[in-house]
Amino acid sequence: MTIDWSTDYDIFDPEYIKEPFPIWDELRKTCPVPHTERWGGSWMPTTYKDVHDVAHDTEHFSSREVLVTPPPEPSEEAEEFVIQLGGDVAAPPITSDPPEHTWARRLILPYFSPKAIEPYEPLTRDLARSLVEKMLPEGRGDAAEGYAQQIPVRIIAKMLGIPESMSDEFTSWVRGALEIGATDAEVRQEAFRNIITYLYEQVMARKEQRGDDILSKLLDADVDGEPVPDYHIIGTGVLILVAGIDTTWSSIGSALWHLATHPEDRRRLVNEPEIMPLAIEELLRAYSPVTMARVVDKEVTVNGRTMCPGERVLLSFPAANRDPEVFENPDEVILDRKQNRHMAFGAGIHRCAGSNLARMELRVAIEEWLRAVPEFSIEDESKVTWAGGQVRGPRNLPVVFSA
Amino acid sequence: MKVRVLDDKCQGHGRCYGLAPEVFESDDIGNACVIGDGTVPAGQEEAAQLAADNCPEFAIEVIPD
Repeated sequence: MTIDWSTDYDIFDPEYIKEPFPIWDELRKTCPVPHTERWGGSWMPTTYKDVHDVAHDTEHFSSREVLVTPPPEPSEEAEEFVIQLGGDVAAPPITSDPPEHTWARRLILPYFSPKAIEPYEPLTRDLARSLVEKMLPEGRGDAAEGYAQQIPVRIIAKMLGIPESMSDEFTSWVRGALEIGATDAEVRQEAFRNIITYLYEQVMARKEQRGDDILSKLLDADVDGEPVPDYHIIGTGVLILVAGIDTTWSSIGSALWHLATHPEDRRRLVNEPEIMPLAIEELLRAYSPVTMARVVDKEVTVNGRTMCPGERVLLSFPAANRDPEVFENPDEVILDRKQNRHMAFGAGIHRCAGSNLARMELRVAIEEWLRAVPEFSIEDESKVTWAGGQVRGPRNLPVVFSA
Repeated sequence: MKVRVLDDKCQGHGRCYGLAPEVFESDDIGNACVIGDGTVPAGQEEAAQLAADNCPEFAIEVIPD
């Protein structure tokens, strides 16, 4: 079946997940702001300018729903929990609009500044090194499942003061929330229920005994002299967990996929490590994992298309980052690209709060992989799998090492 | 050459202090500030321009001599 991408696009179509680039190219030329009725209905601007404009327009677009499909009806149990806690958990500040957004974001930014992230670099490096070294005797491994997927979850657990032994559970919850749950309401509900219940217990435990972690710090923080409500702390925990894991893991996986399939880039990165900072930005641009959503609050026209209150708009940062109006040869990865205003971390007031952490993890993961395995290639193309929709990246990436 | 960060535009992407750490630095929440009075040290002109060309918020102004 062929899809009419301008009137009936499907971000969960296997073709879109695997190779969205030609679809965006065609849309930019013929219908730059397509609409679909699928998955609750949405608009999807595809040019850099339109995505940039919508991301900055907090007057017409709300962030109260940022997932690419509408939320399921809340269960009775969930509604009771809101009453018990005195407020909706949500995931502030990503789900906040101004003015709440201003203080909710200010509250967490200090934990993600470059200085705050620094202590996590040696930890990330040791972890990456031990993961790749485990694969060396076999001379092969799954660079997504066995490497990329294993790194961010452990760093996030550390930041939240949660034992590493929870890693597999977290990974499965986050996939339930963002990947499988995007098209399966029951899975999504179950995943968020698990995450919120777990974080609720953690916050209650921190009340008894503080640790050196973000949840403890939020308990001691105040906003205009008032303590931060529990539901807000739990919500911010939800954000850190849900947004900090499969986003970065997808980015690491896509970067390794690129290096596995482009030997000239791989060798260049090994031989010219000084281009690493630019290369990381270029890999982020070319394989931006995250698409976010907004809900229209006031009628507005974007590039000739009128959007009405309540409608959903998908912010495809990945599409924006391949716009030839802004990026020369956008489909080509140029490791030392000089002009690169990519929006892999979004733009405007909702710029990814964890971008410094994500960038560090990506860089360290690539450095340590290449140090141990400078030469590698895809072992079996048919076994490479991709996830997409909200977050795009490889889920299985079997590679074989060569001398 | 001098540089200036437009505070009302900066959203703390960190691209400038990542790519030109001798010209820009981060404040305690990750937003960018110029080091000193924004005069670009000799030999850092290219890095300063790179920072400006990588800012997704168009928040860096390069002022040539």
